Amino acid sequence: MTLFIIKRVGVMALSVMCLTFVVFSLTNLEPNLRKLAKEQNNLRMTDAQVESWLEREGYREPLVARYGEWLANFAVGDWGHSTRFREPVLDIVSKRLGYTGKLMFWVMVVMVPLALIIGVLAGMREGSVTDRSLSTFSITTTATPEYVSGVIFTVIFASSAVGLKWMKGSATSATDGITFENFALPVMTMALYGMGYIARMTRASMAEVMTAQYIRTARLKGVSFSGIVLRHALRNALIAPFTVIMLQFPWLLTGVVIVESLFNYKGFGWTLVEAASNNDIELALGCSVVAVAVVLITQLISDIGYVFLNPRIRVQ
Amino acid sequence: MAKWDYDGPILEIDNLSISFFTQAAGEIPAVMDFSCSVAKGEAMGLVGESGCGKSTVALGIMQDLGVNGRIVGGSVKYKGRDLGAMSQAELRQLRGSEIAMIYQEPMASLNPAMRIGRQLTEVPMIHEGVSESEATTRALKMLDAVRLPDPKRILQAYPHQISGGQQQRIVIAMALLSNPDLLLLDEPTTALDVTVEAGIVELVKDLGREFGMSMVFISHNLGLILETCDRITVMYSGEAVETGSVHDVFDRMRHPYTQGLFRSIPLPGTDKNSRPLMTIPGQLPLPHERPTGCNFGPRCSYFSDGVCNTNEVAMQPIEGHGAHLSRCNRFGEIDWDARPEAKTGNDKVSVGNTVLKVDNLKKYYTVSASAFGGTGEMRTVKANETISFEAREAETVAIVGESGCGKSTLAKVLLGLETATEGDVLLGDEAIGNLPVQARTPSTVAAVQMVFQNPFDTLNPSHTVGNQIIRTLEKFDIGDTQAEREEQMLSLLDLVKLPRAFATRIPRQLSGGQKQRIGVARAFAGRPKVVVADEPVSALDVSVQAAVTELLMDIQRESRTTMLFISHDLSVVRYIADRVVVMYLGHIVEQGTTDEIFAPPYHPYTEALLSAIPIADTSVKKKRIVLDGDIPSAVNPPPGCPFQTRCRFKSQVANGKCEREVPSVKTLAGGHQIKCHLDQSVFDEMEPVISFESA
Amino acid sequence: MEQLGWGSITLQILGHFWPVWAALIAVFAVSWVNKQRLGLYGKLFDNWVGLIGLWLVLFWVFTALFAHWIAPFESLDQMAAMKNKKPGWPLPDGTGHYLLGGDRLGRDVFSRMVYGSRTVMSIAPAATLFAFMVGVTLGLPAGYLGGRFDTALSFVANLVLAFPVILLFYLLVTPEIRETIIPTALAGILFLIPIVFFIVLFFSRFEQQPQKLWIYLSVTLVLGLWAYSGLAFNADPLGVFYMDPNLLNIFVSVVFVNSPTVFRIVRGLTMDIQTRDYVAAAQTRGERPWYIMLWEILPNARGPLLVDFCLRIGYTTILLGTLGFFGLGVSPESPDWGLTINEGRKLLSIYPHPALPPAIALMSLVLGLNLLADGLREQSLKD
Repeated sequence: MTLFIIKRVGVMALSVMCLTFVVFSLTNLEPNLRKLAKEQNNLRMTDAQVESWLEREGYREPLVARYGEWLANFAVGDWGHSTRFREPVLDIVSKRLGYTGKLMFWVMVVMVPLALIIGVLAGMREGSVTDRSLSTFSITTTATPEYVSGVIFTVIFASSAVGLKWMKGSATSATDGITFENFALPVMTMALYGMGYIARMTRASMAEVMTAQYIRTARLKGVSFSGIVLRHALRNALIAPFTVIMLQFPWLLTGVVIVESLFNYKGFGWTLVEAASNNDIELALGCSVVAVAVVLITQLISDIGYVFLNPRIRVQ
Repeated sequence: MAKWDYDGPILEIDNLSISFFTQAAGEIPAVMDFSCSVAKGEAMGLVGESGCGKSTVALGIMQDLGVNGRIVGGSVKYKGRDLGAMSQAELRQLRGSEIAMIYQEPMASLNPAMRIGRQLTEVPMIHEGVSESEATTRALKMLDAVRLPDPKRILQAYPHQISGGQQQRIVIAMALLSNPDLLLLDEPTTALDVTVEAGIVELVKDLGREFGMSMVFISHNLGLILETCDRITVMYSGEAVETGSVHDVFDRMRHPYTQGLFRSIPLPGTDKNSRPLMTIPGQLPLPHERPTGCNFGPRCSYFSDGVCNTNEVAMQPIEGHGAHLSRCNRFGEIDWDARPEAKTGNDKVSVGNTVLKVDNLKKYYTVSASAFGGTGEMRTVKANETISFEAREAETVAIVGESGCGKSTLAKVLLGLETATEGDVLLGDEAIGNLPVQARTPSTVAAVQMVFQNPFDTLNPSHTVGNQIIRTLEKFDIGDTQAEREEQMLSLLDLVKLPRAFATRIPRQLSGGQKQRIGVARAFAGRPKVVVADEPVSALDVSVQAAVTELLMDIQRESRTTMLFISHDLSVVRYIADRVVVMYLGHIVEQGTTDEIFAPPYHPYTEALLSAIPIADTSVKKKRIVLDGDIPSAVNPPPGCPFQTRCRFKSQVANGKCEREVPSVKTLAGGHQIKCHLDQSVFDEMEPVISFESA
Repeated sequence: MEQLGWGSITLQILGHFWPVWAALIAVFAVSWVNKQRLGLYGKLFDNWVGLIGLWLVLFWVFTALFAHWIAPFESLDQMAAMKNKKPGWPLPDGTGHYLLGGDRLGRDVFSRMVYGSRTVMSIAPAATLFAFMVGVTLGLPAGYLGGRFDTALSFVANLVLAFPVILLFYLLVTPEIRETIIPTALAGILFLIPIVFFIVLFFSRFEQQPQKLWIYLSVTLVLGLWAYSGLAFNADPLGVFYMDPNLLNIFVSVVFVNSPTVFRIVRGLTMDIQTRDYVAAAQTRGERPWYIMLWEILPNARGPLLVDFCLRIGYTTILLGTLGFFGLGVSPESPDWGLTINEGRKLLSIYPHPALPPAIALMSLVLGLNLLADGLREQSLKD
């Protein structure tokens, strides 16, 4: 098993390097460099001035060499300097990541249990009224990306149009302290979209398990319905949704970016957008490393978790 | 909860009718007017082919018909109480404690995420409210009763960690834990290997006697019913057509369907040349297309217009035979002792020169042993070990063995799906053992073809039948134009006795037997020299098996093709094979002509295999040899002789040679070869396993 | 003139959609009558969920087609007097109303919503189709041949999947990129894949029938290369095939993002189907790998793939909305739904009416696609 983890970590490192190299090359394309030079100095520089500035700042070294230099610095903790925020990248990223971490925590706390419960209730009696209504709800939520649900929720709960001013439309103040008012909207918006997909996977898994032969055995042994669901079906039904939940992280990252822009919550996603739209190369690189690492780590957890949860594979 | 006492029959089913209701098709009657009764301690067998409704009857007894099924008529009485009138709570109490059920696939019947101990202790804890420790003690005792070794370890294990035979024993133990008075068994051994099946059958019989349970044993295998049951009910298309004691029905049957069934089974008395199998013509009617009057009428050779197709036929008692009933209006008129109109027997085919020679073939695989695949240790699986045999023109060589014996691997090497690790395969003069199929010329490819096991998967569901055959012809380079190939395809359809209109149908519209015929047509499309038939009939119904088997024999006779018939069913093998090769765990343990194999001397494994085959003939006496344990895994074969872990003759070999050395091949008279350490004297003393009681 | 009440607003909106209602009725009537002969599509008409989904999807398809006849105003027309006015507000010259109000630049929200459907409809299905081509072309051999090829491709697919989508868009969908050869290069490879796919498809099947083969191949090559030259390199001599460079960027990015998931699905299906006996039967008669992949395995994967196709158009729609939301790849005046939502949200707490219609429109389209996919899945299982 340790061999497996080592191999995977190796692949992860390789992936991170490949991806950051791609980001590096794209951000260092000719037109981008020219734009950078003009932004840092004078928007009306001549081409010759652009060229000399680029040479002075070391942008004309070979691409691979510069990448190597960046990588070496990165590995020891020097993540460079942000042009947008005028601070070290590492500081920015760690601070902002913390804010997003809190958001993600609350989103998971709200989303996962709700989604699982909805999925189990729907799947345990396939075709029933409960199932149909819960499934309709789940399908609808998979059709509401964050910018749609965010808008709708803001209109309902935070605007003068409907009048129910229970929550605030902006979450900027949440970076100082989280309250129900400033945090509920972002959490709800993200949780709603992710919930649908997980609930549907759980429902499908539960419905499949409930038609399995061993459930019939349990029923013919005289086990009651609640006993069947709780003791026999649940353990088997939740294996698949676990991997699904873990693999949702890449999409949650996109959601985080949208939600943070929507509600002005200055977390990691907002930082990423700022870096990308302001051509802040070092910050963008730093953010992309973190984003990729998060995704790969959750993939690893998902694979290991699947093996552990499934006795057929775990115990040989 | 105390079990209530009752003096009458344990189970009384009166005119039971069950239908399924679906949105698409409305009401589909699955069981009609079914009656039977089971006395205390009696074992009743329920026999029929797929679609006859026998499993539905069992589920109807348990009142577990799912959302779509409903009992629409009649009643099921258990110990005098009507089960249909009980509430869900009362039924829940009954299930597991008074009536228990066991069904087909043991691995699917056990919860893969729950330890076995927990699944077992649940039963007495629910029904009798005992404590966990008390339940565990009982579970351990029951594991002993079902003869499982190392019960403590098994309680802690998960189902996938034990073998199929052991799993089924667990399922039986689980069913018996609260001492039910009625046990329903729905094809409990169909998914198991033959030698394992024999052990389970013996166990069930012994437990029945020990615990005094009544049993309803459902199966399609008449031989199995003969061995385990006292009474038998034969079902056809949702109805019971004959019921009586086992000896009455087997020896003095009184329904044409029963007779048809028996005549389509390869019993020891049949012979492929002089007394071939008789097939039942026609097909099972679809549930909504049942004929008026007798359901079997259209296929019955004794059909009489006006008698058999006017009114619904009821079960009528037969005079002079105690409790023997038949649903036939003409049973009194039919001459049941008459010999069947002899199909013109065929002359025995003369065998030609050697076409296929397998010489010291070895095929090893490397597999990874770790959960995460690809990392960790790799192990070698010796799928085929020094296989040597020959097959001649127009000969049928049967390759017999159970799971893990390597027969599928051998087939793959012959067809080029795998290449040999060592050794040769010679087709005529050509060495094909190392030629993967892509490297073979079209004529070589056409010369060795296969009929696959699973008829439902053997045809591509997305293409029409005709197109698939034409594609085969294209690949074999047969015919120069499309028009020629179409002609050829139609004549192939004629060859397998299917209407030419089938060429435009897609596989979904065909039955299992028809699909398998197309598989046969495809295999013979290129006039092959060798056809490998991998269990071609085991997935089919008994009466259809006969038809497809006869078809294969007919085509082979005409085309003088060599046939390698892979099977685990020795009855079929005895019927069709000229020579037999017996395999166990990758080795050939015995080979010779059919007569040589079925008569002593035997390899100990062959002996056990012969003893394990259920034979549906009351005049056959079988020596009872039951093997201990299970087939070892091919990943971890035992040292020395592969069979030594289960061999009952091991003690008769000096110095424990069986555990150290792989035996060499001994050649007995006339080409009969056995791979065993035993002395000639032991072989000479062996008694025949199957013998006939003097009539 | 006075402001309209919600009753009349609703009636007028429904009235404007008359070409769509006519088309819907026509299509549904014809399909209902012929449903026996229409295979899986016909079976959809027995399933409520699928029908509702189909209705919603076709609604937006026809809206996009007939946008000119439905929208009362042009999407770029501004009227200062109508800035941020509520739904049903009359025009200053009394000739009509802004049925769903005006946005912050005084443009008609209703008309912009109708025109917004065009951007989605023109990109989403085509982009999904291309993603499928790529995914199938790579997923089939990865699943069937396995080995190092599979490991390498799966690695690349995981790589693309791990990449934050937003970052990818910000890097690829920029004006600066257009000055490099990257978009053209990517488009060059991308648009070549369907041509290669069809060539291999026909070649593997009709090898033994030379006449048929030459016909199919020549038609493919002629049509394919003609479209290819136009779309990828803007070099179409007849000027029929052309793609706006901006659109090309978006197209390529969206295909890029969707392909790995399709790849995974196809690979999984392939590994599952190849264990069936009919694949072994094909192997034993000497079929070559590409024939088996394309003609034996792929047709039997069409059920799940069709279902995923519908779902994926939905994801692509959401993705396009995200692009628009961040203003990437669309011109600032475009009526793209994502963009209008983003513009509308700035004053959301006071004026909800500019952002809500496009949000609901997008949601209804994706919902329709999901329901359609569900209906197809249920019906294909009943086979």
